[in-house]
Amino acid sequence: MTEHHDYQGAKMGMWIFLFTEILLFGGLFVLFAVTFQRYPTEFHEASKLLDVTMGTTNTVVLITSSLCAALSIVALQRGERKRSEMLIGLTILLACCFLVIKYFEWSAKFHHGIYPGSTEIADWAPGKQAYFALYYAMTGLHGIHVIIGMAVLGWVWWLIRREKCTPDHFVALENAGLYWHLVDLIWIYLFPLYYLIT
Amino acid sequence: MADTAQGFMAPKGRHWILEWLFTIDHKRIGMLYLWCIALFFVVGVLLGLIIRLELFGPGKDIIGPQAYNAIFTLHGVIMIFIVVIPSIPAAFGNIFLPLQLGAEDVAFPRLNMFSWWLYIIGGAIALVSLFTGGGAPDTGWTFYVPFSAVTSTNVSVAVAGVFILGFSSILTGLNFIVTIHRLRAPGLKWTRLTLFAWALYATAWIQVLATPILSITVVLIAIERLLGMGIFDPARGGDPILYQHLFWIYSHPAVYIMILPAMGVISDIIPVFCRKSIFGYKTIVGSSLAIAFAGSLVWAHHMFVSGMSDTAVMVFSLLTFVVAVPSAVKVFNWLSTMYKGAIRPEPPLIFALGFIFLFAMGGITGLVLGSAGTDMHVHDTYFVVGHFHYVIFGGTGFGMFAAIHYWFPKIYGRMYNKKLANISAVILVVGLNGLYFPMYLLGLAGMPRRYYDYLPQYTELHQWSTYGSWITAIGLILMFYNLIHSRYRGELVGRNPWQAATLEWTLPSPPPSHNFDEEPVVTHGPYDFHEVRDHD
Ligand code: HEM
Ligand SMILES: [Cu+2]
Repeated sequence: MTEHHDYQGAKMGMWIFLFTEILLFGGLFVLFAVTFQRYPTEFHEASKLLDVTMGTTNTVVLITSSLCAALSIVALQRGERKRSEMLIGLTILLACCFLVIKYFEWSAKFHHGIYPGSTEIADWAPGKQAYFALYYAMTGLHGIHVIIGMAVLGWVWWLIRREKCTPDHFVALENAGLYWHLVDLIWIYLFPLYYLIT
Repeated sequence: MADTAQGFMAPKGRHWILEWLFTIDHKRIGMLYLWCIALFFVVGVLLGLIIRLELFGPGKDIIGPQAYNAIFTLHGVIMIFIVVIPSIPAAFGNIFLPLQLGAEDVAFPRLNMFSWWLYIIGGAIALVSLFTGGGAPDTGWTFYVPFSAVTSTNVSVAVAGVFILGFSSILTGLNFIVTIHRLRAPGLKWTRLTLFAWALYATAWIQVLATPILSITVVLIAIERLLGMGIFDPARGGDPILYQHLFWIYSHPAVYIMILPAMGVISDIIPVFCRKSIFGYKTIVGSSLAIAFAGSLVWAHHMFVSGMSDTAVMVFSLLTFVVAVPSAVKVFNWLSTMYKGAIRPEPPLIFALGFIFLFAMGGITGLVLGSAGTDMHVHDTYFVVGHFHYVIFGGTGFGMFAAIHYWFPKIYGRMYNKKLANISAVILVVGLNGLYFPMYLLGLAGMPRRYYDYLPQYTELHQWSTYGSWITAIGLILMFYNLIHSRYRGELVGRNPWQAATLEWTLPSPPPSHNFDEEPVVTHGPYDFHEVRDHD
């Protein structure tokens, strides 16, 4: 069976899918908004416990990776296969960095007994507990998306190597790039919400 | 041309199991769904019959309270998530949407296969939840917190299954949207689309826009249970009412995922058997889209007694009335189409009429539930159980049956016994009324839902309902017998036994693997019967 190539169709499918992802996080953002509205001072208190430096670093890391993904598409379109491959590799590497930093950040918190259900925070004010419940839920879900994004990028990297993703047929790379931008975008909302609210 | 004798179902060389499980032919995928759905439907019905049997008299009849809770939860989960939501779109949509569009396949055939796999995996996980862990979930299909967060039964596994099923539904919707946008044959303008395709289009948007909210909601239940999150626990700053909001933001639109495709089927059937163009094509299209849109705004009518501001109650009550309008418009359109038509009482039409009647019965009582005042009285009583069964069994179920009887000759190239089909339709209508009408009366009399036991004064109505369930079962057995028998023995029919005007009827029955030898060019609308001739 010959596969037809419908560039517009493939793009449209991806955009719709991204939209569902936004809605998935949308549910959590709604929860955040409602809970924040209920406990503004506690949220303020709790957010001081997060490490702004690590958060900022991670934001920079992720934005850079997004840039690499975009450049990789341009490279492939220009027929520079090797460079495109390298840029995707770089994207994946930066994604790893992001996760490593996240790991240190989370383990430091865990070390201090700050995680949902810990005995440590059981007698904190409810609003503060809710803050951390949402923090772990949202950044955790985002982290899972980072991992999925890495897998997708890895797969496209392989496609390019096998010349199944080529300068005239690059929609797989483009869609993977779009997905990665979404992962980046969601973080860009999470960051100020959690680290910077005052 | 060995291909045309058995059409797309003809063996292709590989082992037949592999050939079916890894097929990317939309028609075969549709058939896979159809068979799985039929199978799960039978399981769900058996569970329903057990529930009814237990309720025959007050006190214990055949099962204990915990088993009862598990069985009605399972019944709900299977019927809603595994049977009704995928029913018409995934089965008949997959088989017939590309044919009606004059396309070779859906936009993403491999993704389509993947959706089916997700469906099977999700369904399997939901079933596994029964037999493992702390026993079958006992929360009801709505998984309401706080109970679902604390019960020791196997809720986490069940919601994982629901999550995967939801993902499958999203991908099917996505696939259909792109298919309808991109793969219409030349000449097939939007205004020449079949109403079935339009209904699938509106449904697909709901699938795509609403299901992610359900996904996140069930994820939250799982992490609430596994990690002790406290997102819905008031002692830890959470809020159980928020759960209800999130749940119904999906699940109310989801009831339109269940009913819109059935309405599409009915809109396709009625003109064919009245030999008349559909009355108000554009109004029907508009009402489908209006239902999809307005249906997303009324979720909170499930929560009138959960604690909301009076203003919110008024607004959601009003919106609920508004969303009833487009449904009523459709009913009037169907009836107007039949008016002075050359009516042929063939089985698909009889099922369609059953649909209209039962759906109206369910829809009107929906208004009783949608008005905050009356809802206070009947909320969470058997009135609700009666309402949604009229709508989803009488509506979606009957839409499914109508679809089977309409397209059966196209799928198998054979005709069933029409008389038997008509008889089974009538028995089913009688059975369903017997089964569910007493529930309205029970609800008005104050019998709460999801109760294992009841006061003696409710006995008689419960018994009527149980008798009704037996009549329903007889109707189903008759219908299934007729279909299965005819699949092997039925009389051969040609391309177009109903003289319908849509594209799928121009193909041989069953259709070949490659749908169209040459790309069809569409020159007239789907309900323009002037040019229809019997091909062979
Ligand atoms: C012969 C067929 C059927 C019988 C005898 C039957 C019977 C019942 C009964 C008695 C209940 C109430 C349980 C309770 O609240 O205690 C129930 C609940 C339910 N049924 Fe059915 N049913 C049948 C078919 C269907 C179909 C076709 C669907 C889906 C379209 C369906 C979906 C549901 C759902 C969603 C519930 C709600 C469970 C809950 O309250 O959480 N049923 N059924
Ligand atoms: Cu509703």
